[in-house]
This record gives sequence, C-alpha cells and structure tokens, in this order.
Amino acid sequence: MRNTPLSAWFGFTIIAIYAFLAIFGPWIAPYGESAIVGDVWLPMSSEHWLGTDNLGRDILTRLLYGAQNTIAVALAATLLSFALGMSLGFLAAVVGGFTDQAISRSVDVVMSIPTLIFALVVLSVLPSSTLVLILVIAVLDSTRVFRLSRAVAVDVAVMDFVEVARLRGEGLGWVIRREVLPNTLPPLIAEFGLRFCFAFLFLSALSFLGLGIQPPAADWGGMVRDNANAVSFGLTIPLIPAGAIALLTVAVNLVVDWQLNRASLLRGRA
Amino acid sequence: MNAVLRLLAQRIALGAGSLLAVSVLIFLGTEILPGDVAQAILGQAATPEAVAAIRETLDLNQPAYIRYFDWLGGILQGDLGTSLANRRPIGEMIGERLQNTLFLAAVSAAIAVPLAVFLGLIAARFRNSWLDKSISIATLSTISMPEFFVGYVLIFIFAVTLRWAPSLASVYDSMSLGEKLYAIALPCATLTLVVVAHMMRLTRAAIINVMSSPYIEMAELKGVTRSRITLYHAFPNALSPIINVVVLNLAYLVVGVVLVEVVFVYPGMGQLMVDAVAKRDVPVVQACGLIFAAAYILLNMTADILSILSNPKLRHPRS
Amino acid sequence: MSKYDYLAWLAKSGGVTRREFMNRAAALGVTTALATSFAGKAFAQEPQKGGDLKIGIDGGESTNSLDPATYLSTYIQTVGFQWGNCLVELDENAKIIPELAESWEPSDDATQWVFKLRKGVQFHNGKEMTAADVVYSINHHRGEGTESAAKTYLEAITDLRATDTHEVTVTLNSANADMPYIMADYHLLIMPEGSDPASGVGTGPFVIESFEPGVRTFATRNPNYWKDGRAHVDSVESLVLNDLTARTSALQTGAVHIVNRVDPKTVDLLKRAPGVQIIAVPSAGHYLFPMRTDMAPFDNKDMRLALKYAIDRKDIVDKILRGYGEVGNDHPIPSFDPFYAADIPQHNYDPDKAKHHFQKSGASGPITLHISNAAFTGAVDAAALYREHAAKAGITINVERTPEDGYWTEVWMNKAFCGSYWGGRPTADLMLSVAYKSDAAWNDSYWKREDFDKLLIAARGELDTAKRKQMYHDLQVMIWEDGGVVIPMFNNYIFAGRDNVAGLVPSPVLTGLRMSEQLYFTS
Repeated sequence: MRNTPLSAWFGFTIIAIYAFLAIFGPWIAPYGESAIVGDVWLPMSSEHWLGTDNLGRDILTRLLYGAQNTIAVALAATLLSFALGMSLGFLAAVVGGFTDQAISRSVDVVMSIPTLIFALVVLSVLPSSTLVLILVIAVLDSTRVFRLSRAVAVDVAVMDFVEVARLRGEGLGWVIRREVLPNTLPPLIAEFGLRFCFAFLFLSALSFLGLGIQPPAADWGGMVRDNANAVSFGLTIPLIPAGAIALLTVAVNLVVDWQLNRASLLRGRA
Repeated sequence: MNAVLRLLAQRIALGAGSLLAVSVLIFLGTEILPGDVAQAILGQAATPEAVAAIRETLDLNQPAYIRYFDWLGGILQGDLGTSLANRRPIGEMIGERLQNTLFLAAVSAAIAVPLAVFLGLIAARFRNSWLDKSISIATLSTISMPEFFVGYVLIFIFAVTLRWAPSLASVYDSMSLGEKLYAIALPCATLTLVVVAHMMRLTRAAIINVMSSPYIEMAELKGVTRSRITLYHAFPNALSPIINVVVLNLAYLVVGVVLVEVVFVYPGMGQLMVDAVAKRDVPVVQACGLIFAAAYILLNMTADILSILSNPKLRHPRS
Repeated sequence: MSKYDYLAWLAKSGGVTRREFMNRAAALGVTTALATSFAGKAFAQEPQKGGDLKIGIDGGESTNSLDPATYLSTYIQTVGFQWGNCLVELDENAKIIPELAESWEPSDDATQWVFKLRKGVQFHNGKEMTAADVVYSINHHRGEGTESAAKTYLEAITDLRATDTHEVTVTLNSANADMPYIMADYHLLIMPEGSDPASGVGTGPFVIESFEPGVRTFATRNPNYWKDGRAHVDSVESLVLNDLTARTSALQTGAVHIVNRVDPKTVDLLKRAPGVQIIAVPSAGHYLFPMRTDMAPFDNKDMRLALKYAIDRKDIVDKILRGYGEVGNDHPIPSFDPFYAADIPQHNYDPDKAKHHFQKSGASGPITLHISNAAFTGAVDAAALYREHAAKAGITINVERTPEDGYWTEVWMNKAFCGSYWGGRPTADLMLSVAYKSDAAWNDSYWKREDFDKLLIAARGELDTAKRKQMYHDLQVMIWEDGGVVIPMFNNYIFAGRDNVAGLVPSPVLTGLRMSEQLYFTS
C-alpha cells in the first residue's frame, strides 16, 4: 500500500465519505426526507446549507437521503451487469464458433431495440419497483459490457499462452479465470468506472419518462432533472446534485486508474 | 486471406439474420405496449364509440402474424407504410428527420472521435502526470451530468448570456452548410462533451494494457521514444477495444439523442419516435425502431469486421 | 397576480375595448378613478400593422395533422385558429360573440337554433362561404364514421341543414339554452364544402404556407381577411417548443416573441430578464384528484369528505402555482362564471375533521394515489404535498408514480384515486355534462346520481336566468358535498412575451389559442 499514489488516496477518501453518508445519511440529515421547510429555490444559508429545491425541501437533506437510494441502485446494477456481460463475453470469445455467434447475435438483437422502447415495454408490464429498475439497467448495460469484454478477450484468446493452456487440457473455467481474465482486466476496470456513473444518468433519463425511483424518495439524477429549469436563470441549485455525481465519478475513476496501473504492472513487470 | 473473406461473408449474413430477428421483436414489442392507438389519438377525449370508429378504419382487428407479414413485405418493397395518427406516408415523415439525425451525428462524431482518441493517447503517453489527471477529471465531470442538463448549461452560457450561438437548432433545407453548422453548434458541443469521456477513458486503458506487453519493453530497450511507442507500437494493437467503444458511441449518437433533440428543438428521428410511442402510432414506431436497429447492427458489424482486420492473429492465421 | 397587476396588464395588452376594461375593473372592485388611470395609458395606442411574429408553443407532435377532427393539444389548436374561424368566438369574459355567424336565435323551447351567417366572407381559395360549407364542416365531426373528438358535443344535434344560402338551422333532441357555445369549440372550424379536411384551407387570418408536424408552421397574412381589427402581422412562424427550458431560453434570446405555458416556479425569475413581460390569465382550467365512487373505499361519502378536508389547498396553490391560480372548492365552476355559487362554504384544510370523517368511514390503512406529471404540470409534486398534508390527519397516502406515457389510457378512469386536469368549458352546462352526468363518457369519478342528471337537463333548457341560477347552485352543492373529486385549484394560463408585443385577449377558456390574429408589435 505504500506505493499507492496520492490521487488514489483522495479517491478512497471520497468514496469512504460517500459510503459513510449513504449509510448514516438519514441520521445526519437536518430535516425529514420529504419535509417542506421553506420557499422554493432558496439560496444557501445557515439554515439551509445548500439551499432548497423546487418544492422548498432542504437540498442537503435530499442529497443525504438520495445517496442511499442512488448509490445502492447504481452499484447493484453495475455489478450485476458486469457479472452477466463479462461471463457471456469471455465464454463467447474463448469457446468461439457457434456459441460465440449465437450469443453475439442475440446480444446484437437486444441492443438494437431502442432503449426507450425496451424500458417502456418492460416497465409498463412489470411493477416499477427498485428491483425491476436494477434489473432493467443491468440487462441493458450488460449488452455493452458483453461487447467490450468479448472484443478484448478475442484478442487474448488467440494468444499462444491460451492455446498452450488448452492443449494442457485445462478446463474452460480455468482458462477464463487464469489466462483470459487477468489479461483483459484493465479496459474492463476502466469501463466499470464509467458504467457506474452511467447508471446514475440512466436513472435521470428514466425520470424524464416519468419512471425511476418512486417519490418522495430522493435520487440524485431525479434531483438534477427536477431542478434543471433553474439553470436557465443562472441558479446553481441543479449543479449541486450533478456535482455530487461528478465527484463520486471522479473518485471512483481515480481508484480505477490506480487499479489499472497495478493490473498492468503486475502482469508486465512483476 | 480467404479465411478472412469467409469470416466477413459469414458476419454479414449473420447481421442480416439478426435484423430479421429484430424485426420480429420490434413488431411483438409494439404489440405488447399497453394502450392502443385509437385511444392515444383521442387522448382524454376517447369515448368508446370514437375508439371503435378508429379501430375500424385502421384495420386493427386482423391477427398479428398477418399484419407482420404485410408489414415486412411492404418494407422489402421500400414501403414503410402510413402513419396512423396523421395518415402521411412514413417514408416522407422519416426522410428529412433521418438526414438531420445523421448530419448531427456525423458532425459530432467528426469532432468527438479524433478528439477522444487524441486525448486518450496523450493521457496514456503521459500516464499519471498532472496532464493525464486533469484530462480525466475534466472529461469525467462532463459525463457525470445528464445530457439534457449539459445542454441547459451550454444554452445558459452561450445562448442566453453571451449570445454566441442560437438556443434553437432549427435547420431547414434552404440553409447553407455554414448556416446549418452554426445552428447545430450547441447540440453538437453537448454531444461531444457527452461522448468524449467514454471513448477517451477506454483508449487510454486499452493502450496502457498493451504497453505492458513484452514487445513494448523490447522497443523501449531499443531506445525508441515513448511517443513513438505509444503511437506506432501500442495504438495499433489496442485498436479492437477502441473500435468497439467508438462504435458504441456512434450508435448512441444516432439512436440515443432524444433528450438533446428535445432541448434544442432539433427535428431528428428520436423525437419522431418518442411522439409516435406516446401516440401509439405503431407503424411509425416500427419503422423508426427498424431503422435504429439496422443502424446498430450495421455499426456493430463494422466494428466486428474492423476488429477482425485489425487483429494480427486473426488476419494471419497460422494454417 | 394581484388584481392591479392583472388590470395593468389587461390595459397594456390592448386586447379589450375601453368599455370592456372598465366593466372588468368594476367587477374586480377597482375604483373608477384608478381604472381610468390604467386605461388612459393603454388605449392611446392603435395596433400597428406589419412585422413577422414568431411564437413558441408547447404540445406539438410529429403526429399532428391539420384535420381539425384530430386536434388535441395547444400547438395544433393555435395553428387551427390561424387558418380557420368558427361560427362564434369567446370574448375575454368567455361570452360568445359573433364570428362567421352574425346572429343566432332559439325557438321558443330552445330545441331549435337558427344561425345567420356573415356574407361576403371568402375562403383562402377564393370561394365564398355559404351555409353548405358550414353543414359540411360540422358534419365532419358527426355521424357514424367520424373519428372526431368533438363528436360527443354534437350528439344532441338531430338535424343540421342549410335553410338559406346564409342560414343554418340546428335541431336538438332536447332543449339547450347554451347551444351556440358549442360552436366556439376549436374543432369546429369552417372549411369549404368537399375540401380535404387536412388541407388547412379556411376563412382564417393566415394562410398556411408550410406545415412540418412537430417542428414548425409558417403562415402569411390572408390579404382578404374579413375581420376588423385583427391579423396585424405579416406572417406568423409557429415553433413547436415542448421543453420548458427551450421555451424560456428561446424567449430570453429573442428567438421567439411569445411563449405559452411558463412554469409558475420560474415566473419570478423570468420577470427579471430584460425585455420580457409576463401575462397571466385566470382560467376555468382546474387540477383535480378524482376518486372512483364505484370502488371501495371511495364509495363511502365520509371517506371522500376526509380526503377533501385533508388537503391544504392554499399551500398547493402557493407551492405548485406560486400564487398563479385560485383555490378550488371541490366543484368545477370557476368564480367568474355567471352561475358560480359564491355562498357555498369553502372546504378548508382541517386535519381534525379529516380524521373524524376518516374514522367514521370505517376505513383503515393506506390509500394509494396514482400520479404522473402527464396529469397536470407539477402533479407529482402536488401529490407529494398532499401526502404531507394528509399525514397530519393520520391518513396515509402512498404516492405511486406511473409512467407519463399511457397515463390517460392506463391510469385515468382506471385507478381508484389519481390525478386529472380539465381545461374548463365556456358554460357550466358543458362542464357538468361532460364530467359529472351519470352517463358522461368522461365521468372520471364514476359519480352517478339520478337527481343530479334530471336537474342538469332541466337547467339546460331553462330560459329564465334567475331560476336557472338556482338550479346550477344546487348542482354545485351536490358535487361539493357528495361528489368524488377533490379540486384543489384553478390555474392561470401564463404566457411570457417580449415587451414589444401586445394584444393578447385574456379569455379564461381556450386561452390564447387565437393569439396569432390578436398580437401586434408596439415597436
């Protein structure tokens, strides 16, 4: 750990703070989650540190409550999509042939259905619960993850060391875990950092359709959306939830960069 | 080379197959959508009698598979059908909007792709320097905001406050290319900001991944400069993931820009499809969906073909 | 908007005559001297001719058609009044005044109405308008095969015929003292006999030059326009601006001269922008929460009363409408309607009463309110407020947000408790017939009372105003006390314009739809 660069420490610190706030937010928050405490779009003050939102609710309070909803959904959805996308992607790349084509083309088909229609159909047929929301984001994202992991893995799968391992009679799982995975990790780690952030944005896009996390529960993407109009008058209120997402994204990616470094160092120079 | 050709032919045939499969899915998907056109056309004004009258004129009482084959047959002859809501030929409705969509996507891609790859190369070359970090932080901050919000911010700064660019991206046929480019300056900037980060981060990561390979070390030992190594040794070998992420973003530029169209009032395909979905104008939804799907499949196919061509091992099989 | 702001604006807008203005001021209780000072400033100015007007309107769709049978939202209705006219139009008090019909006369029992048409009015194609054109245009919305949303209004018409070249006689299946009001509906634009309804040829102030659905419409002034003192500008370009922020910024940058549907939340901010004026018009439009009285637990009158007492209307008007609206009293008749029953006590926020009725109803457990912003602007926020209010009375409301897409087909008139919006109708009879009569297609609370229906039909045919007023009073009381709707507020229509345009006539019904022929440039 002594080689950990400053930027990674910074990233860790931010993530730790977010995690703390996400867990204990409801206890720290100065007001109730949906309590209306003042006028609409009040500027920052000693009473409302970050001002109030489009209904006169305390922004700081909403951010703290929103941390839990938003981060949990984004993290769960991203992890799920990587688990799904990577396993299918590696399987397709390593096995190749018919399996590869079958999986790839099915993913093509799912991907090519416009997201909007997909989300609309699914969310209008299924109840709009958080679990369904996570699944929808995960399935849609996993197609993208699949394409990337397959693309990286195909390059690796034709390498001599993979062939050697196969000739040695290693099983499919072993080849994927021990040969393909370490050699494809860096781009996938980078992708993870971004996909995580996209999950926030997807929540906000869903709120454009009137879907997403149920009110009055707060979510950061929805907060940006609800207050976005204020920006055309130079008010900075929607920048606050947007900034909260941005800071977390940067922090996650700083840690990702460090992991990226370690992964490539381990493989190349160790 | 024959093997490559065979691979390509196979890939193209499979692409066509997927398209057919998608057409079925889109048809079924639009059938499942709750609500129906007759009610949606009339909205709050739908009385059972009016709805029945519309259903009758629209021929909605035939079984689904017959309508599917009618539809497919029409499309193969270049007939996309007629809108249910306003009875206009869909080809006519889509034509100009498709052009607009492709125009915006092309201009944005022409700026965003080289910029992203360039930034990615710089970041990888000067890895972990302040330059690398600031590129990352800047691009990451822009993608952390929803695209409509980036659009609002740009409108406030450049249209309302500075008056440099128009806030409405209205484009007409009669405009010259220069005027059109000026009109789409802000949506184009918005899209560029939205897609650059993703491509830049992946380019950087892919190059860093390759940089730890033995042959790079070899080149370093031979005394080749870092910049030269990045550009000539690492970049070509990192192309496959880069191509994939570029294509993903191109597809987004064509298919996923509904919100940007709404914010800048740009008459593109996305808006048409959203309206059609809201009105349950099923033939229009199907036509748009199919065009979008075709774009996706075409782009994915291109990515796969380019990946095949760029992979030295695949290009030169040993046997 | 205070009444002084309103008067100042009314005077400035120049949309009413001096006499109308003074009447209005008197109605609002403003002294004559004060009103005169407003009027003095405003009416010195004659509308200027010329200029190219650009308007930014919401609710435009790429599925729009010029065929008036398909008109549903604001944008296309505004375009409709560019190319077309109706038989009658509504003035700023929502009273009918002559348009293509010069006069109208009922038979003694009000079952037959004779419309005398204006002579010498030309269609854009040069043909003169006659009774045959009127019959053709109205029949487009009647009969078995029609897909028009106006069909319901016209069902009472048993016969419609040209009784002279410029006379149309309408026969009804029952007496209706307000029948001509129906002819002001934006669907019922007059087109040449035998023409394609989607061609946009009419007698209107502007000739449509190009129509791109969901994008823009361009129209130039009709050189032969018959109406005096209207159609001042040379051309009108109507842009579809569905996004609120797009509308506001287009106005701020001067890309358009006027926009509709400004968000009340941003009005105060927009006011401060240089060169921008706000035009707020009190309207008959109202927001409501209908409860299905045919379903438990809302089949219980105490339950309905509990929910009526559990909402803090003033808070919602303050927070959602930012004061640009009026508190409602659980019946749909606006305060400026001549038949408005002013003596019905206001339902106020009263958690104790709400709790009392809730317990009396025997119900327990939470109530689910299905909502989406498709119901009305700010509906989800309003529901969040309602939830807070009701919680204080010990009533738990679960707010369930549903997709905006499909809201009117899947939720409205399906779920037991949801949100809804009525744009208001020019007469009490139309409003009550369309949503409260037992067999009304849009009776969104499924409220059925025989005595109500009988009284409503009697009131419709009653020609004695005093008797009629008492009947409408009783009808309002029935809805107020027993009905299945919580009506927290009537909204204002809020427009924002550049400060060099004027002339918008502030009608409380169909507000602003005729802005194209009314607006002119002051500089």
